[in-house]
Amino acid sequence: MAQIRIENLRKDFGSFTAVQSSSFTIEDGEFFMLLGPSGCGKTTTLRMMAGLELPTAGEIYIDGEEVSQKRARERDIAFVFQMFALYPHMTVGKNISYPLRSQGMPKAEVKRKVSEVARILGIEGILNSPVGGLSGGDRQRVALGRAIVREPKAFFMDEPLGALDAEFREHMAEELRALHDRMGATTVYVTHDQLEAMQMGDKIVVMNHGVVEQFGKPQDIYDWPATTFAAGFIGSPPMNLLPFDGSVAPGATDVAFGTSRLAVPESREPGKGALVLGVRPEHVRLDDTSDYRARVTAVEYLGTTQIVTLRVDHGEIKARIPSTTRVQEGESTGIALDARKLTLFDAESGRALRSAANEKVLFHG
Amino acid sequence: MSGYSVTEPSRGQKWIAGILVAGYALITILPLVWIIATGFKSSADSIAYPPKLLFQPTLEGYVNLFTTQTRQTTEYLNANPPQTWYERIVHDRGLVIAGPSRFGERFMNSVIIGFGSTFLSVFLGTLAAYAFSRFKVPLKDDLLFFVLSTRMMPPIAVAIPIFLMFRSLGLSDTHAGMILLYTAVNLSLAVWLLKGFIDEIPVEYEEAALIDGYTRFQAFYKVVLPQAATGIASTAIFCLIFAWNEYAFAVLLTSGTAQTAPPFIPTIIGVGGQDWPAVAAGATIFLLPVMVFTILLRKHLLRGITFGAVRK
Repeated sequence: MAQIRIENLRKDFGSFTAVQSSSFTIEDGEFFMLLGPSGCGKTTTLRMMAGLELPTAGEIYIDGEEVSQKRARERDIAFVFQMFALYPHMTVGKNISYPLRSQGMPKAEVKRKVSEVARILGIEGILNSPVGGLSGGDRQRVALGRAIVREPKAFFMDEPLGALDAEFREHMAEELRALHDRMGATTVYVTHDQLEAMQMGDKIVVMNHGVVEQFGKPQDIYDWPATTFAAGFIGSPPMNLLPFDGSVAPGATDVAFGTSRLAVPESREPGKGALVLGVRPEHVRLDDTSDYRARVTAVEYLGTTQIVTLRVDHGEIKARIPSTTRVQEGESTGIALDARKLTLFDAESGRALRSAANEKVLFHG
Repeated sequence: MSGYSVTEPSRGQKWIAGILVAGYALITILPLVWIIATGFKSSADSIAYPPKLLFQPTLEGYVNLFTTQTRQTTEYLNANPPQTWYERIVHDRGLVIAGPSRFGERFMNSVIIGFGSTFLSVFLGTLAAYAFSRFKVPLKDDLLFFVLSTRMMPPIAVAIPIFLMFRSLGLSDTHAGMILLYTAVNLSLAVWLLKGFIDEIPVEYEEAALIDGYTRFQAFYKVVLPQAATGIASTAIFCLIFAWNEYAFAVLLTSGTAQTAPPFIPTIIGVGGQDWPAVAAGATIFLLPVMVFTILLRKHLLRGITFGAVRK
């Protein structure tokens, strides 16, 4: 069990920079998510931590020890691959015991550990089966078994649920999280699925184009995105981003937004020129008395809530409102935004302007 | 009423296909059957016209193949009655066995050179293919093309330079020389075939092994090699078939010590003209190892022929 610290980590493939100077810290026992779209550098980052790629520059500390140039087998970590990578010519039991046999552990000890792990994962019955005929879930469990049997300093998982059926994925996600809570091991988990990241992670790093956009607790990232990318990547539907021209001074509690003034959390950072207003769909209310007018262009029914698409002067807003509210396509309505939950971004850099509400949780890589 | 299906052939189509395949098999197998049959004929039967389909089988050809005989006077023959079944066979024709022939030796040369070069080609080919498949090799594409290009020239075009080279290096008529030559020719095939197989093995298996505490080399032989067994087996068959059957270089570069069976078999001359049953017997025995090897590994061979064609 260990703390993992990444400092100015960088990876170039020829002229292509996959990861540029990332820094973040994973605390001991955390379930840590590396989240981003494909090609964002999250898998490369994980592979550098595991020792499957050597970084171009930067340091990786596992348990206080700098390991960036060490071989994978010297790092005492376990890796779960997306396609499981079970050794196809071995039985389930042999797969799980393989890391132990490499350490030259006595046979009786190996047997005891394998059966213990099999019991934890509920796969005692298939220890002697070849891995070929197993279902996706069982393969996943065997891959996890092979990882946990060594009691390594940390677990690294590269989209381990990506190859499973959607319906089974959720079940496996719960199982994984329960397993983590039980073992308390530092876990780094790569995913492109923001729901999975929110659901399972203690902390999330959001990456894009090799850059760490933000890291923090799921709720902080959801409520207070540090960049327009993080705002747009997380949430379904994502945060509404409305570009406008204006200015805000430190201490201000409202901004000129179109023809009206809009209340915002107290500003701590000046901003001027092209700005972007960010608001989550659930913080948009339909309010006929409001001056801010919109026309309903689409309604999506989702059971308890509905997503209403509204056309306004600055573009399009999606609102998540209770299904009980009656909304007609084409009708005109007023909307109100929850002043406590708004974020202003600088349009050019994409960075969130600090305010009284978000200044405590904004961490960039 | 029987339904019409696009994918499932009808009963009639199956019959027609069956007859065509059987006919083709008959045509291809007939020369083989004829060679095997000729090996068991007497000299007279082997050249009889019209050809004999039914004949009295004899081991004369095989005895002649493995021994040398001399003609003796009747007195000598009567004074030395045959002791064994094979002595009796030659005795009946007024001959005695003078000693073993060189066929056994030539056959062993074929085994040593054929299997030796096959082993070397597959061994080196596997290492090279693994490196090409997994590592960043500078000029990888050019090197692979170069490897392939060694196969582009007809062998006879390089025969004279190789002959001269072998003479200066003292490799003419040596086992080592022939093993080297066949290895050099087979290596390009081995590298390309095996690269295809190793490319298909997900790299995650090795990465998993690297993380599980194994070195790169351990990961290679404990994880990659078992996965590549099919490819290695089919590559070995291809290499063996080539080295085993090779004729032109064997004629050119070997004579006394390292001559293989292919240039030797046609030169088997019995007492009084070409001994066709002995030649046929030699051909039959020569066919066996490759046939057995291929039948044992035929499952792999089929996959080897269609390699790369089927994606999982």
